[in-house]
Amino acid sequence: MSDKINMSVDIAGVTLKNPITVASGTFGSGMEYSEFVDLSQLGAVTTKGVANIPWPGNPTPRIAETYGGMMNAIGLQNPGIDVFKKRDIPFLRDYDTKIIVNVCGKSKEDYVDCVEKLGDCDVDLLEINVSCPNVKEGGIAFGQQPDALYDITKAVKAAAKQPIIMKLSPNVTDITEMARAAEAGGADAVSLINTLTGMKIDVNRRTFAVANKTAGVSGPAIHPIAVRMVYQVANAIKLPIIGMGGVATTEDALEMIMVGASAVAVGTANFHNPYATVEIIKGIEEYMKKNSISDIHELIGCVK
Amino acid sequence: MGKLKMTAKVVSQETLATDVHSLVLEAPEIASQAIAGQFVSVYTHDGSKMLPRPISLCGIDREAGTLRLVYRVVGFGTKEFSQLTVGDTVDILGPLGNGFMKSDKKAILIGGGIGIPPMLQLAKELDCEKSVVLGYRDEIFLNEEFEPYAHVYMSSEDGQHGVKGNVIDAIKEYGVDGAVIYACGPTPMLRGIKAYAMEKGIECQISMEEKMACGVGACLACVCKTKDIDEHSQVHNRRICKDGPVFYAEEVEL
Repeated sequence: MSDKINMSVDIAGVTLKNPITVASGTFGSGMEYSEFVDLSQLGAVTTKGVANIPWPGNPTPRIAETYGGMMNAIGLQNPGIDVFKKRDIPFLRDYDTKIIVNVCGKSKEDYVDCVEKLGDCDVDLLEINVSCPNVKEGGIAFGQQPDALYDITKAVKAAAKQPIIMKLSPNVTDITEMARAAEAGGADAVSLINTLTGMKIDVNRRTFAVANKTAGVSGPAIHPIAVRMVYQVANAIKLPIIGMGGVATTEDALEMIMVGASAVAVGTANFHNPYATVEIIKGIEEYMKKNSISDIHELIGCVK
Repeated sequence: MGKLKMTAKVVSQETLATDVHSLVLEAPEIASQAIAGQFVSVYTHDGSKMLPRPISLCGIDREAGTLRLVYRVVGFGTKEFSQLTVGDTVDILGPLGNGFMKSDKKAILIGGGIGIPPMLQLAKELDCEKSVVLGYRDEIFLNEEFEPYAHVYMSSEDGQHGVKGNVIDAIKEYGVDGAVIYACGPTPMLRGIKAYAMEKGIECQISMEEKMACGVGACLACVCKTKDIDEHSQVHNRRICKDGPVFYAEEVEL
């Protein structure tokens, strides 16, 4: 029975054996979670954002719990592309999964430098993080203005050897405008949503719960917003979409797929349940069997 | 076997002091591999709370297959844990972090407040000459349980128990000495202990804490500042959950 089911999906010419990946920043480079899940079972592993040089990130506390999720302002701490290439990519290549490298930067030159350095690497897709709400310069500045997003997409696309996925911010008036700008700039795919900018006060200490003052809200509480935005973007552009935002269960992932996501990333849920990814993959397979669906493409965008 | 998430059964729950509780859990798969200084992540039953609470191991009984957690009620999660009763279940992830690096050098074990519990398991595991120094604000707990393993010195802010003041005051007052310090407690206490150890030129291991999300080293929430560039992060940050929670005091900035 199971051999008749096709769960594989295509993102910009790259075939994922199933639609499940992880949201950047929640899974490191897979090393820590490989103690809990067989990474070869995942459609892809999306790595924590990496820049052209090491970044120290923000002061602590970097996170706080919120209702139905959490907020974080890690500040894209990363070891820099040189160490990442030597250490993280070879580690992941030993698994039978696709590698999506998330790239961050403070300027157009940073992004281009990092993407160029990844040119000779055996990785499958690049996800360009222009939507992190927690860094002061660059980052989200490119993700909140359609013209700026168009420019950075164009520059990165010209420098990249691998297909590029532009990761969109929900902290905009109209996300479809941003999706269209990414498409016009030459993006091969888009992923959405990054976290929603929030704030929490520690009333006992009478100060901000997170040292950065503002932080990105994630987890099941934001899931309906993410589903709405994936739906809007799916109806606005032709590019494949990786849907994310509060996906914690099989049902959450199916919602994303049904409104048009070709792949789905599991993020904050990994912290609650380190086995979440593989449980969702199994859950989707069971759903398909139960409903006599032989190909996952019957589900992608089936809710118009 | 390595780290795992499992459902543990409550064996007992008792109150040791105001808001301080002792919870014994049946978790043989974790107990069989855990050591002093490690911790477990404990999950609440409330679906709106996604993040686990990191709690140190106060006791590890390999034969009985149990873990003992002594914790203070500080918020929603720990309040829920304090209401668990015999036969209830709770999900835990562990064992997490690295334990203390034990040696046979004459040891001073220092615990402050809710940093006292992990020192009890360490006192059991250390097979050497040792003293225990416990610092309290006012109410005391666990102190009698240390007595079979070492002489116990105390300090309290109100002076009702032991020396009036903090653990450093107690060490000086009683002339406690050793070649290695193992400590867990609030950051100001650890800062004082680090300064004391450096002044005396003795080895010092401290157990640190910070707000955590994943507990396994992936999310980079719980970092501490380090003197040197860390190999994993390539910056002056180490992960408390994965690289710690125990560090040599000289390695970290407090």
